[in-house]
Amino acid sequence: MRDWGNYELSDLLLFTKETYYRQFELYNEAIWPAQLAALAAGLAILALIRWRPAGSGRMIVLLLAAAWAGPAFGYFFTRHAFINWVAPYYGWAFIVEAALLLLLGAALGRLTFRTRMSGIRKAGLVLFAFALLVQPLLGLPAGRPLVQAELFAVMPDPTAVATLGLLLAADRVRWLLLIVPMLWCAIAGLTLWEMDSNVFFVPPAAAILVLVLAIGRAMGHEAQGRSGG
Amino acid sequence: MTRPVLPTRRAVLAGLAAGGAVSALPLPSRAQAAFLTKAIPSTGERIPVVGLGTWVTFNVGRDPRALDRCAEIMRHFFEGGGTLIDSSPMYGSAQNTIGYGLEKLGRTDRGVFSADKVWTSSVSRGPAQIEESRRHWTMPRFDLLQVHNLRAWQGHLKTLFEMKEAGEVRYVGITTSDGRAHEEFLKVMRTQPLDFIQVTYNPVDREVEERILPLARDRGMAVIANRPYRHSRLIDFVQRHPLPGWAEEADAQNWPEFLLKYIVSHPAVTCAIPATSQIEHVRENIRAAYGRLPDEATRWRMAAHVESL
Repeated sequence: MRDWGNYELSDLLLFTKETYYRQFELYNEAIWPAQLAALAAGLAILALIRWRPAGSGRMIVLLLAAAWAGPAFGYFFTRHAFINWVAPYYGWAFIVEAALLLLLGAALGRLTFRTRMSGIRKAGLVLFAFALLVQPLLGLPAGRPLVQAELFAVMPDPTAVATLGLLLAADRVRWLLLIVPMLWCAIAGLTLWEMDSNVFFVPPAAAILVLVLAIGRAMGHEAQGRSGG
Repeated sequence: MTRPVLPTRRAVLAGLAAGGAVSALPLPSRAQAAFLTKAIPSTGERIPVVGLGTWVTFNVGRDPRALDRCAEIMRHFFEGGGTLIDSSPMYGSAQNTIGYGLEKLGRTDRGVFSADKVWTSSVSRGPAQIEESRRHWTMPRFDLLQVHNLRAWQGHLKTLFEMKEAGEVRYVGITTSDGRAHEEFLKVMRTQPLDFIQVTYNPVDREVEERILPLARDRGMAVIANRPYRHSRLIDFVQRHPLPGWAEEADAQNWPEFLLKYIVSHPAVTCAIPATSQIEHVRENIRAAYGRLPDEATRWRMAAHVESL
């Protein structure tokens, strides 16, 4: 496309702040009480990690993949696409992440939560819990009503942040699975920044935090490998 | 000639406060103040100097509350004498919003100067996109079709000129915004028999004064000025300062009128297309289509004043 280099961020935002948040409100009203199922799925993931019943690893991955499919089909391809021509591309990115989770996590069994958790991994769980229980409420101090709350497995921002936390908490960091959620957190941060949101920093801060901690984990493993043989 | 008397904002608000009515600056009647129109050079048809843009503000999705608000904005716009509405497939659901408003107001076949755009890099997809846009507008045909941001302009202009020949559109144009691609824009203006061009023009974005506006005048092309308020950044900025007392020389009662009158008083400019999501603002905007326009000396003074803020 011509002249993309000459565009400012505001040129790429096709809607007002009011319209943006009204989309959440109308979507939440339309799918209620599915939000309760989404919350239950998030709590189930925490319970599965805590008690580790047989097959819990695959169950976690299936729930997480479903969580990525939710915003794709329920939001990007339908509602958001009506006001933003880029939305289908976002939707496909979420589908790709869901597919990668199914492939790497469920089919190949490479996303597991079996071993004892270090402090960094527990920090990942804290981030997951934040995205599940606190992030939906961040709009309240700014006067946004609860009906506009963004939830894990329903809306993209908390889904991406929660996933980053979960990936950090896994037995091994799967870098391929970090790409889409990190990119989304950057997009979300820029969108919220352009809309003068007080919490614009949350998604990119989560991404940066997970990246730093994941690198720290990788370097710690490497050091152990060199010293321990 | 007796100067037509426009009610001042202070007098009106005082009267409304006394009457306990909702604050709303009334529009002057045609008897009180001249309603300003300018001719499209290629045909002589006259259109009001203030139109309605729909970038961002009309992209409201399927929100029934917002759709009704946009329909009210359109109603006030039409009641104020406005006719030209500008949109594009790039503007999300704005075309659907326009169609909703036109159907609600019973104006799908009258009283609207419909200006839309073709926006696809696929020339072959152009006619289908135009038809889809027309259905969204619920109009029988467009008055003006423009190649949006010069995208695939060679092929699309060929399509649009063929449509004009066949009577399927009345005018053909091209657009750009925010100072982009001006060299190529000039090239197209010099070589194509366009009826309209659309460019960004306001007291702080004046690059087009150097070559594009003079060329439009020489070539007999109407000019639509977009981004008159720089996405609201300009109007938000100037409204932090008091309106200069001499703004009355241009019958400008407030900053929107000040900015719009500056823009549409350029000899080459036909109309400006401010966009808004608020009824009060559309009324303020259409008021700029009434009364006098500033002369050249006042125009220079207006631009200098805004730049000095």
